[in-house]
Amino acid sequence: MKYQIAILVENKPGVLTHVSGLISRRAFNIETINAGYTEEDDVTRINIVVNASDNMELNKVIHQMAKLIDVIKIVNISELPSISRELILVKVKADSPGVRADIVNIANIFRAHIVDVGHQNVVIELTGEQDKLAALVDMLGCYEVLEIARTGPVALSRGITPIKNM
Amino acid sequence: MRINGARAVIESLKNEDVEIVFGYPGGAVLTLYDEIYKTKFPHILTKHEQGAVHAADGYARATGKIGVCIATSGPGATNLITGIATANIDSIPLVCITGQVATPFIGRDSFQEADVCGITSPITKHNYLVRDVRELSRVLKEAFFIAGTGRPGPVVIDIAKDVFAAEVDYEYPAEVNLRGYSGKYIGNEKDLDKAVKLLKQAEKPLVFVGGGVVSSGTYISFREFINMLGIPVTSTLMGLGCVEPEQKGNLGMAGMHGSYAANMAIMQCDLLIGIGVRFDDRVTGIMKEFAPKAKIIQFDIDYAEVNKNVVSYLSVIGDLRWSLPLLCKKTKIYAEKIKKNSAQWIDYVIKMHKNNPFSYKKSDNHIMAQEIIEKTAELTENDTIAVTDVGQHQMWAAQFFKVYGPRHFITSGGLGTMGYGLPAAMGAKIGCPDKAVVLFTGDGSIMMNCQEMATLADYDINVKIIVIHNHVLGMVTQWQRMFYGKRYSQSILNSKADIVKIAQAMGIKGIRIDEKTDLIKILKQTLAQQGPALIDVNVPDTEDVLPMVPGGKRLDQMIMESEAANK
Repeated sequence: MKYQIAILVENKPGVLTHVSGLISRRAFNIETINAGYTEEDDVTRINIVVNASDNMELNKVIHQMAKLIDVIKIVNISELPSISRELILVKVKADSPGVRADIVNIANIFRAHIVDVGHQNVVIELTGEQDKLAALVDMLGCYEVLEIARTGPVALSRGITPIKNM
Repeated sequence: MRINGARAVIESLKNEDVEIVFGYPGGAVLTLYDEIYKTKFPHILTKHEQGAVHAADGYARATGKIGVCIATSGPGATNLITGIATANIDSIPLVCITGQVATPFIGRDSFQEADVCGITSPITKHNYLVRDVRELSRVLKEAFFIAGTGRPGPVVIDIAKDVFAAEVDYEYPAEVNLRGYSGKYIGNEKDLDKAVKLLKQAEKPLVFVGGGVVSSGTYISFREFINMLGIPVTSTLMGLGCVEPEQKGNLGMAGMHGSYAANMAIMQCDLLIGIGVRFDDRVTGIMKEFAPKAKIIQFDIDYAEVNKNVVSYLSVIGDLRWSLPLLCKKTKIYAEKIKKNSAQWIDYVIKMHKNNPFSYKKSDNHIMAQEIIEKTAELTENDTIAVTDVGQHQMWAAQFFKVYGPRHFITSGGLGTMGYGLPAAMGAKIGCPDKAVVLFTGDGSIMMNCQEMATLADYDINVKIIVIHNHVLGMVTQWQRMFYGKRYSQSILNSKADIVKIAQAMGIKGIRIDEKTDLIKILKQTLAQQGPALIDVNVPDTEDVLPMVPGGKRLDQMIMESEAANK
């Protein structure tokens, strides 16, 4: 089963390696991982999606991660009401007006943005939940997808309490 | 105070009350060694960096203080790896200072460069790469705090060469500020109340004590708890010494080479109270069938230990310095009830242990390894520190050496590091100069770091080395005998190296015992003499450590001495 975890860590070199190294050493598969700045300059938020057989297995890895000195807080977002989003950029071959029109239509239906157009290709940007992104990729599969870059999901819990105070 | 980074390291060591460091100089730490020279900071020069880190580890285990070692960059630092991993798995507090190439050279595959933080990340509690001299004092303060608090462990500080030379206005921080780590773990009292309730209901309780009681220094509370309730108690290898040898209901070590009574009691008890144990696979046998009839209560400082190997019914997470005194206080009023409930069980277990003690085949002609350990125990004071290497002799020492207190049995438990014993014994003796230190080692183990005999000689460190010489890799041949059709692949030593002459060549006394009649006389003489010495004792090569729980078997599926004899 997939679990989404948010980890607040000290913004220091090597911390992401520590976290990811620990997870993989414990034989968990990291589905996606990303890290970014937060509202505090010296805090980084790592968002990971891991595969674990059950909650007990997941807790083992959470407890191991919590032992890392630079880890400030870990929360299993999957257990909370939350909003999860992922960003995707897709470069599609569009070397005829017909194909280009089709792709623009598909992008509109998905409320995606065309962020770059060339004579032979377009780049589409979409944010949303993973299944929505998957549906877009599926639709674009009818055309020639040249390249995909996606972030993996980031998530925030609903309500006023930030995870650092949980 | 305006000083250079190297001096800042020395000042910080002084601020942390570090008495001595173990190390080996090299290019990247030359500025630091220059300050060691200038300040006359106490330093033991080992013959190999692995010797330095094991010595710091032995010092830490014997004293309860933080062991410190120094190595240069690249190969110096990587030579520490085995020792850091050894300390990490046994939760031993170390601060390892390594030199790194100068900051402009980092990441360029420079001469003697290795990514020490990357390499040591999985085997340290924490590590630092210091590239700015202004961070140095904070990092040192944090490193000592992290190494010694909570669940102790090794911390590596990798310092770039130019940082040692750079000048800084030195001020040592008064306190540390780490958002993700407090070092204090006070648990939930309600969990303790639940534990007391389970104890009140138990008819067959058993206490299982581990290294956590040693490292937290709570053996007095622990003994109070045991004495008050009279509950039978068994120990892990790391927990030896927490219970007095003569304590009624002390079943000795449990696990693969544990006592019959300890293993059977684990299989039959209805409540198992694990205190500072991590349920390592060497101690559980097949994990799924460990203590199958028992509710397991786990007292531990580390949340990550809960349900890691065996599933606990209840966990009391927190520092044993908090939980054990409180447990004593809360159980005191129920002591009589608990004793009464478990009276029959206690009698049964004690009788079982009396009828099945650790034993071995005596021989009129041969000196038996177990006999050497028994006799050494008899000939030494109760506060003697026994250090071991790894292998059969280690298990026999655990079975037959009477350990009267915590920090008196020093051994590589989790990692099983051959070559650990000699430098660790050296560190233990330096930490505890008033106590006798005896090393039990094998002819395989001693060769792994035998160069440290020269360090014993150079500093006149009074360690007595007893080599239990069976001409084979004992534990390897035992497994090959039992599970590999007696195919002794690469395990027959019969080395032409003369260990006695090696000792003598290194500058310490070396004596060989071949005749049984000489054993006690020479042991007695040598133990009484001042200065380091090695005794090389020939023993038979086909002895097995028994009982034994074969891998993948339950604790009650032990091979006993009688069964092995019939094979």
